Amino acid sequence: MSKWFANGADRNLGSRARTLFTCALLILAAVICDCRAVSALPATKAMAIPAFARKYGLPCSACHTAWPELNNFGQVFRDNGYQLMNDRDSPIWQNPSYFPITFRITPNWHRESTSNQPVDSIPGDGTSATVSHNVTQAGFDLSGMDLWSAGTLYKNISFQLLPSSDPTAVWHFESAWVRFDNIKGSPWLNLKVGRFELDNLVSEKRFLFLSNNGGIYQIYHFNVPGSINDFGYGDNQIGVELMGHSANSYTRYSISLLSSNEGGVGLTNSVTPGGNPSSRSFDGNLAFSQAFNAGSWGLERVGAFAYIGQRPTFYQTSGGTQLVGLGNEPFYRVGFAGDFFFKNLELLPLFMHGHDNAYLGNGIASNSGPLPSTSRAPSFNGGFLEAHYYVSPQLVFLGRFEKINVGQQADIGNPGNFGNVTAYSVGYRYYPIMFSRAGLAWHNEYSISKSIGIVPLSGDGTGLPPLPLPNSQNVWSSSVFIGFDFDF
Amino acid sequence: MTLKKLAVTFALGSMALVTVGATSMRAQSHVNSPDVALGTPSVDSTESHIGAVTGHAAEGKKLYRRFCIGCHGPDGNGLGMNAAWIDPKPRDFTEATFKCRSTPTGTLPTDDDLYDAITRGFVTTNMPSWRPLTPQQRADLVAFVKTWSPRWAKEKSGTPLNIPAETPITIESILHGRQLFQKLECWKCHGPQGHGDGPSASTLTDSKDNPIRPYDFSSGSRFMCGVTNQDLYRIFMTGLDGSPMPSFADVVKPEEAWDLVHFLRTLQPLKSQEADLWQTYKAAHGADIKPIGPDAAAGGQ
Repeated sequence: MSKWFANGADRNLGSRARTLFTCALLILAAVICDCRAVSALPATKAMAIPAFARKYGLPCSACHTAWPELNNFGQVFRDNGYQLMNDRDSPIWQNPSYFPITFRITPNWHRESTSNQPVDSIPGDGTSATVSHNVTQAGFDLSGMDLWSAGTLYKNISFQLLPSSDPTAVWHFESAWVRFDNIKGSPWLNLKVGRFELDNLVSEKRFLFLSNNGGIYQIYHFNVPGSINDFGYGDNQIGVELMGHSANSYTRYSISLLSSNEGGVGLTNSVTPGGNPSSRSFDGNLAFSQAFNAGSWGLERVGAFAYIGQRPTFYQTSGGTQLVGLGNEPFYRVGFAGDFFFKNLELLPLFMHGHDNAYLGNGIASNSGPLPSTSRAPSFNGGFLEAHYYVSPQLVFLGRFEKINVGQQADIGNPGNFGNVTAYSVGYRYYPIMFSRAGLAWHNEYSISKSIGIVPLSGDGTGLPPLPLPNSQNVWSSSVFIGFDFDF
Repeated sequence: MTLKKLAVTFALGSMALVTVGATSMRAQSHVNSPDVALGTPSVDSTESHIGAVTGHAAEGKKLYRRFCIGCHGPDGNGLGMNAAWIDPKPRDFTEATFKCRSTPTGTLPTDDDLYDAITRGFVTTNMPSWRPLTPQQRADLVAFVKTWSPRWAKEKSGTPLNIPAETPITIESILHGRQLFQKLECWKCHGPQGHGDGPSASTLTDSKDNPIRPYDFSSGSRFMCGVTNQDLYRIFMTGLDGSPMPSFADVVKPEEAWDLVHFLRTLQPLKSQEADLWQTYKAAHGADIKPIGPDAAAGGQ
C-alpha cells in the first residue's frame, strides 16, 4: 500500500481512489463488451428518413464532433445564423410540412451520494440531534426536456426558441432570440436580441456530460461562500449581442450588453416565478477567439473572455415587499480557454479568475455603512481540463478534471480553503442512431466532486452546508448516470 | 449498496443494455449514415496534391463518413439517404464526371478543381461550402473522392484550359457577345432574357436522366462554378460535364468568348461595368435592338 493510501487523514480518500480504480476497470470492460456487441451489427446500407435533410441534406455528424458539441463546420453554420450561405437558406426552400423543431430528453438511471450531510439522528424526528451522514439516492429517472426550435425566418434573419422543462414539467424559456445576420453583407456584423448563452468558447449548453455533478462546469457557477452574487457564467443571459466572425469562423468576437439580472424575465432575476426584482443596471461581456490550422492535427483555437457586471445589495421596498434592486456593487470574471485537436483527441482547457465587491461578497447592503473590518472583497481562481477521444463519429470517451481555489475569502475568519472545489468526471457516449432528424446516445458517466464546507454546486444532498459551521469539512458528492439521451 | 457493488451493477447493466440495443438494431431495416460501412472503392489508394498539401485517401475516408455520406452515399454513387429530397441530385463519384473543371470536356478534373469545388460549394444546390474544414482535410477528401472510379487509375487529369487576358469591356464586345448568344442558340435553354426559360428548358435532363434546369441569369446569384469573369469564361469553354451544357471551345475563339462573358453579365441584375454600358446603349438605341429568339435571323442589334 502506498504511503498516500496509508495516510490516516486521507484514508477515506484512498479507499475512494481504490474504488474509483475498480470502477474504471469495470467501465472499461463494459465498453469493450459494448464495442464487441456493436461490431456484431450488420453493415446494412438501407436509407432512413431525415427531416433536416429536407432543408440541407447533411448528416448531424457534419456539424457536431459528437452531438450536441459543435465542430468548426457547425460553428460556422451557427455563426452564419443557421445558414450555409447558399441559395437554400430561406425557409421557402423547406418542405411546407417541415417544422424546425426538435425535442430532447434523457430517460436514465442515476445514483447520487453526498457525504457529511446534516441529518436528524432519528429519522423522522425533527427534534433529534443533527448529525453528519451520507445521503444516497438512486433510481430510474427523467431529465428535463428541451423543446427546441431554431432556423431562419428569412434570409439573414435567424431565430431560436427553447422552452425547457424540469423533470416535473415546470417550464421556462431557456432561450429565445432573434438575430439579424450579416448586416450590410458582412459576417462581422450580427445582432442578436433576447435571452441567449454567452458566446463561450467552451459551451456548457452543448457539452457532453449529463450527470448531476458532471453536468455542470463548476467554475461556470461558482461564487465564493457568503457572496450574494447569483451570477453564473454558464447561465443564459438576457440582452443584446453584437457578434462577428471571419468567413471560416477562425476569428470570432462578441460584445454583449445584458441586464444585470442573471438572465431573468419579468424584470426579476429568475425565469420562473418568485425571483427577486432586478436592478436597472447592465452588465457587459466580451469574448474573442482565434483558430489556427495545425495541418493533420486539426484546428486549434484559443480565446479570452471578460464579464463585468453588478448586482443589487438591497432593494427599494413597500411594506417590506421588494420592488427594485438598489445598491449595485460590481464583480467581474475574466479568463481564457482553448479547444485543441490532436487528430482524434480534443482537449478543452479553461481558466477563470473571479472577483466580487466586498459588499456583494459578504452579503451586506451597501447603504448600511462601512464594512466590518473582517470583510474583504473575495476572489477565486479555477478552471478545468476536459478531454474527448473520438473513436469514430459514433463513439466518444470523455474525461474532465476541475479545480477551484478561493484566493481571498470574503470573511477573514473563514478557513483559507473554505469553498474550494475539486471534481472529476469520466464517461463515454455511443451514438447508435445519428440521423439528421433523430439522434440517440447511450450515455455512461461517473462524476465526483469535493467541495469544502459548502453545498455541492450540483445541489445534491440536503442543500445545507456540512456540520459544524463554519468548518472545512470535505463534502464528497458522486453521481453515476446511465441513460439514453435522445433527440428527435 | 457499496460503490464497488454499484460499479459491478453498472458494468453488467451497461453490457446487458447495449446487447439488447444491438439486437434491436439488428432487426431494424435501416441504420444511420455514419454507421453505414463504406463500399469498396475502385482505386486502392491515392493521394491528392494541392499546392504544398498532400491529401491522403485513408484520412479522407473518415471525413467522407462524417460529412459526405448522407448525400453522396456509402458507395459514392450519389445515393445517400438524403438524396431523395435533394434537387439537383448529389454527384455520382463512380462516374468521375464533374461539372466544374478547368480541363476540357470529357477529361478528368485536376486536384485543384475538386479542392475548389469542395471549398466553394455549389450555391444553387445543397452542396455547402466546406471552407470551415482545414486545407488538409479538404485535400484528404479530394484524395478519397478519387478512389470511387477506376478512371482515376487509368487516366490522367486533363490539361487545364489556358484563359487569355480579358479583353476590354466595350459596347462592341457586349453586342458581339449578344450575337453569339443568338447564333450559338444559348437562348434555347437559358431563354431570350437569360431567365432559364427557353423552349428547350423543360425537356433537359442530366446524364442520370434527372430533370435539370438551365441557369437563370436573372437570379443574380453566383454561378455554380465560381463568381468571376474568368469562372464564367471557363464554364462555357469547358462545359459542365454530366449536364446538357456543352463545351464551346471548338466553336468559340478566345476573344469571342470574352465577348460572350461581357454580354452574359448584362443579363444579371447586378451592378457591373457591363450592365452600365448596356443600359446606356439601350437608352439610346432601344428601338434598334432586335429581340433574341427564333425570329431573329442573326441576332440583330
